[in-house]
Amino acid sequence: MKRQAILAFNSVVVFACLLGLWQALVSLNHLPPYILPGPLAVLHALRERYPSLLNSLLITTEEAAGGLLASIVAGVAAALVFAQWRRLRQLLYPYTILLQTVPIVAIAPLIISWAGAGIFPVMIVTFIICLAPIIANTTQGLISVDENLIHLFLMYKASPAQVLFRLRLPNALPNLFTGIRISAGISVIGGITGELFAGSTRVGEGGLGYAIIYASNQMETSYLFALVFAATVLGFSFFFIVTFLEWLALHNWHESSLPYLEE
Amino acid sequence: MVATSTESIPEIELNAVTKRFRNAAVAVEGISLAVDRGEFVTFLGPSGCGKSTLLKLVSGLSPVSEGTVRVNGMTPENARDLVSFIFQDATLLPWRTVEHNVGLGMELEHAARPARKERVAQMLELVGLSHVARRYPRQLSGGMKMRTSIARALVSRPRILLMDEPFAALDEMTRDRLNEELLRLYNEHKWTVLFVTHSVAEAVFLSTRVVILAAHPGRVAHQINIDLPWPRTAETRESKAFEEQVTQASRLLRGVYQG
Repeated sequence: MKRQAILAFNSVVVFACLLGLWQALVSLNHLPPYILPGPLAVLHALRERYPSLLNSLLITTEEAAGGLLASIVAGVAAALVFAQWRRLRQLLYPYTILLQTVPIVAIAPLIISWAGAGIFPVMIVTFIICLAPIIANTTQGLISVDENLIHLFLMYKASPAQVLFRLRLPNALPNLFTGIRISAGISVIGGITGELFAGSTRVGEGGLGYAIIYASNQMETSYLFALVFAATVLGFSFFFIVTFLEWLALHNWHESSLPYLEE
Repeated sequence: MVATSTESIPEIELNAVTKRFRNAAVAVEGISLAVDRGEFVTFLGPSGCGKSTLLKLVSGLSPVSEGTVRVNGMTPENARDLVSFIFQDATLLPWRTVEHNVGLGMELEHAARPARKERVAQMLELVGLSHVARRYPRQLSGGMKMRTSIARALVSRPRILLMDEPFAALDEMTRDRLNEELLRLYNEHKWTVLFVTHSVAEAVFLSTRVVILAAHPGRVAHQINIDLPWPRTAETRESKAFEEQVTQASRLLRGVYQG
């Protein structure tokens, strides 16, 4: 516990030093805030524009979370199908790689022109970029089960559904969480990318991506920095929540979690 | 389902059994073997002699290419209710506690919860694991994991145990102790056991009969009846008769290794 406290304290000191260095760089060189604002100017913009920033943050959160949840549901369903029918997996699996390699920036405008305005098309963009890591990792976990465990279930005359849900699915849980962790990080990027093209998702307001374009056009660089900061915090929060859920689900039995201390 | 066993039907019977893999490699060729009810038969032999394959054939997990396998007069698939398989590593589900691993089979059969709990508790008592019922496999020693695996195998009241190098990964002291406990249970329950091992001493200590297999292709090279007195205990290992039988088996096995 003491060692962790020291570690946390050191992190804070390093962060403070970096901020100080940044402020010094700006102040000593007399850089105008529209080129590079110092942390104090960013803090000021944060305080001044707090309500609209929070509004944008909530919109992006909604889009990223919606796309991520949809990708988890669809991704796990696809992985279960792939695990159960090998032929189908061989036939369709290459398309999940296609999902990952398609340049989302190029197709985002298309999706928006098909799906119309609002939050929904942005969720679709997020969904698309979150899907591949979930499918790939979960499928891997579902199909890499110890052969003897399968034999054990066969000796018990287990049904295919029992093998799938009592053996393969729990076996894939660590992989599923790896997938979700990757997707949680990129879901925020998906939301912002979608908004760059979707523009205002409600009348006169939009998510972080929309606000970033707006701030950039208005040369409000301090506010731009504040928005980037908010986006980073959002991505980090998603990551933290997923890591916590992963710990809840796995800490009793999986090697990736801390060792059990007793005796 | 279960045929009433008459004197004439061997518990396990292999008749001219050949197993070829898909890549045409021959695992075992022309093996004929009859095992009577209550026998403890151990298989020794170099790697590639098809020891583990034999157990897979008897359990029906792997189909024969030629010949027939009968378990209590039935096909291996139909005889699964009589058989429990104990694998080389404990093959526990890491996300289940000891008691839920042991109760897995009953759970898959949708057995009533109180009956399951009672049976699991009995089996844990039997292998001396009641105190770790709520632990997860990774919190157990190698010996405890293997005991869990044995308890799980006994839940279904099997008549036949198939054991594929169950104690190979354990240290010698733990292995000796588990061997003694296994024989204590064997004497109580009178199972028929097929047991694969690499240890000559373990084979002699446990068995009523040792079958030595030769490799490429796997076939029966020698059979030795072990007539050490029962009950067998730690002292048995220090007896002259034990030493002689180990020496005899080792000699035959060496001959097989040298081809």
